[in-house]
Amino acid sequence: MSAISSASKKPAGLINWGNGLTLASAIVIITGLYLAFIFAPPAANLRTPAEQFAQRIMYFHVGAAWVGFFAFFITFISGVLYLSKRTFYWDNLGYASVEIGLTFMTMVLITGSIWAKPTWNTWWTWSPRLTISAIGWLMYIGYLMLRGAMDDPSRRATFAAVYGIVSFISVPINFLAIRWWRDIHPAVVGSSAGEGSGGFDMSADMRTTLLFCVFAFTIFYVTLMYHRLKLGKTMHEIETVKQQILHQ
Amino acid sequence: MPPQTDTKNQSAATMQPAGAAPVRSRYFYKILAIVYKDITAELRTKEMLSAMFVFSLLVIFIFNFTFDLRTDNAATLAPGVLWVAIAFAGMLGLGRSFIVERDRGSLEGLLLAPVDRSAIYFGKFLGNVIFISVVEVGILPLFIVFFNQPLAVVPALVGVVVLGTIGFAGVGTLFSAMVVHTRARDVLLPILLFPVVVPVLLSAVRLTAGILDALPLEDIQSWLGLLITFDVIFLAASFILFEYIVEE
Amino acid sequence: MIKVIKLVKAFGSRVVLRNIDIDIAPGDFVTLLGVNGAGKTTLMSIIATLGRPTAGTVLIGGMDTAQHAAHIRRYIGLVSHKTLLYDDLSGEQNLQFYARMYDVPDSKARINEVLHQVGLWGRQKDPVRTYSRGMQQRLAIARAILHNPPILLLDEPDTGLDQNAASMLGDLLAAVGMNRRTVLMTTHNLERGVSLGKRVLVLDKGKIVRDAAGNTVTAAELKSTYFSQQG
Repeated sequence: MSAISSASKKPAGLINWGNGLTLASAIVIITGLYLAFIFAPPAANLRTPAEQFAQRIMYFHVGAAWVGFFAFFITFISGVLYLSKRTFYWDNLGYASVEIGLTFMTMVLITGSIWAKPTWNTWWTWSPRLTISAIGWLMYIGYLMLRGAMDDPSRRATFAAVYGIVSFISVPINFLAIRWWRDIHPAVVGSSAGEGSGGFDMSADMRTTLLFCVFAFTIFYVTLMYHRLKLGKTMHEIETVKQQILHQ
Repeated sequence: MPPQTDTKNQSAATMQPAGAAPVRSRYFYKILAIVYKDITAELRTKEMLSAMFVFSLLVIFIFNFTFDLRTDNAATLAPGVLWVAIAFAGMLGLGRSFIVERDRGSLEGLLLAPVDRSAIYFGKFLGNVIFISVVEVGILPLFIVFFNQPLAVVPALVGVVVLGTIGFAGVGTLFSAMVVHTRARDVLLPILLFPVVVPVLLSAVRLTAGILDALPLEDIQSWLGLLITFDVIFLAASFILFEYIVEE
Repeated sequence: MIKVIKLVKAFGSRVVLRNIDIDIAPGDFVTLLGVNGAGKTTLMSIIATLGRPTAGTVLIGGMDTAQHAAHIRRYIGLVSHKTLLYDDLSGEQNLQFYARMYDVPDSKARINEVLHQVGLWGRQKDPVRTYSRGMQQRLAIARAILHNPPILLLDEPDTGLDQNAASMLGDLLAAVGMNRRTVLMTTHNLERGVSLGKRVLVLDKGKIVRDAAGNTVTAAELKSTYFSQQG
């Protein structure tokens, strides 16, 4: 019984890190929506309304992509630290980051498709950025399947760390290869992009909106990570208590 | 059984400290011992080699046949088909690589041996490279025949095939050692391996196409550089990480 | 010879070994008894340098397994409940392979010697998959003593052997020179454990609960005290 009571948490007040982060996320995401839909001007050189509306998806698309790859980096770092320190914390961090990274990467692929349809008249193009996102998505799935197929917790943590490290190292090489593979890739942002189909120049307000959305998604990622880590820690504590009772 | 007395009992009771030098000098010898052991075992049944060969043959045959319907010249698809065949056949071989060590616990036997764990990795890696290469030697002539290619391309093609196989088997051997400890076993291997080795496949296909089209070296040397870079980085990473995979 | 100090092993949150202390003198024959899941195999694999301790130290001949594992492995032979052999290779090829891995000098003569000792001479050219379970276990013992290790770890060496073959285990171990090696053996068979061991340890729920000289305990007493649930 003592083990159970020590694992249970003291009642938390209304003001704590979790609620604070959740509130901050809500504020920045709503602000991001306002900036993306109302504040940011329509792209000057896009003619049809469909193209103009679809372009606004960029702000969240890029934000999600940034988090998707940043989460991968966090998994890589936790993998290295897990292998050197062997503590539950780093395993939990890597696992949490993959779950959340996968969610954002899925969002990247879906928003990318929605953006691509009116712009290039196709749901999917093998553009380097979209392709590397798809490969990253597959690596996340592989990571979760690997974990799911193992019972021994310490070995599962080790293997997950190793896979997180190897797959992250392959991302830049993958990106380089895919970029070279498509010699003509659609550059949608930048001065030269205006000439290409679907390309546009970014005004100062658009740039501000984009940067803010990247910031907002980072806050959102940190918030989700905080709650997911806490959940993982609680699950670990329950498992520990269960084992203590089973093997007393 | 005839009870015999052991004649070498003088060394058994004591543990004289031995220097590190003789261990180091036997490192490569032990790598070769593992390779020799794997080849001897495979030559007794030839089960895996024949399965890999027939499978890659089927891939070449089926792809050639099915693409023929919608393509004027199936030869334009030749590089892709060759590498899909190699990758699929290689996957079969890699999957078996550690399963044969696991069934009778002989992986434990290897790990008990007084040698650095990396020697085990390199032994298994070399064995895999040799097995996949044997299959490649078998399918290259048939590839030339089916896709009607000149014989002059063979030497350069062999070079690309070797470099591609090293990259593929380097990560593949590491992951093969991982998946034998999972419930899904060889089903999981392609899911983990393919996203990571995309750069190998892309650069190998590009190089193969360049050779078949008789492009000058300058046009494809960046791909060659990418492939070699991948091989070096991932052999080094696997060399470091293998130790974590095999310990309990 | 084998010194285990405050050894703890946990798999995630499941603690398998709790603060184990064992000191085994050179030349001793110790049997380790315990029900399934008591932690016997885990303890053996840590002593054999296959697993890393969560906490605590294992010293083999005074050397820490955490630092000198590759060197210590020369001095250990392990017979596991799996054979650690390759089915597709012949008995002789299996021994040749392990002789190379252990740098056995004059390996041909040594292989012939151990083949005679375990009574497999004459069958050494046949693939292991054609051997009976008893023959495979004899080859596994030959494999373990090939490099003439001063320490022999026997993890359930009687698994899968029929009654006849299992009762010959003692003779077989004597034939391979057990008397001048330090032996640690786990077994399910209480009678055999008590009769072979000069010292008997009982492992229960990850702790050593009994440590006695072999001639002071009886199988019946151990059975009623520690193995009553298992029957």
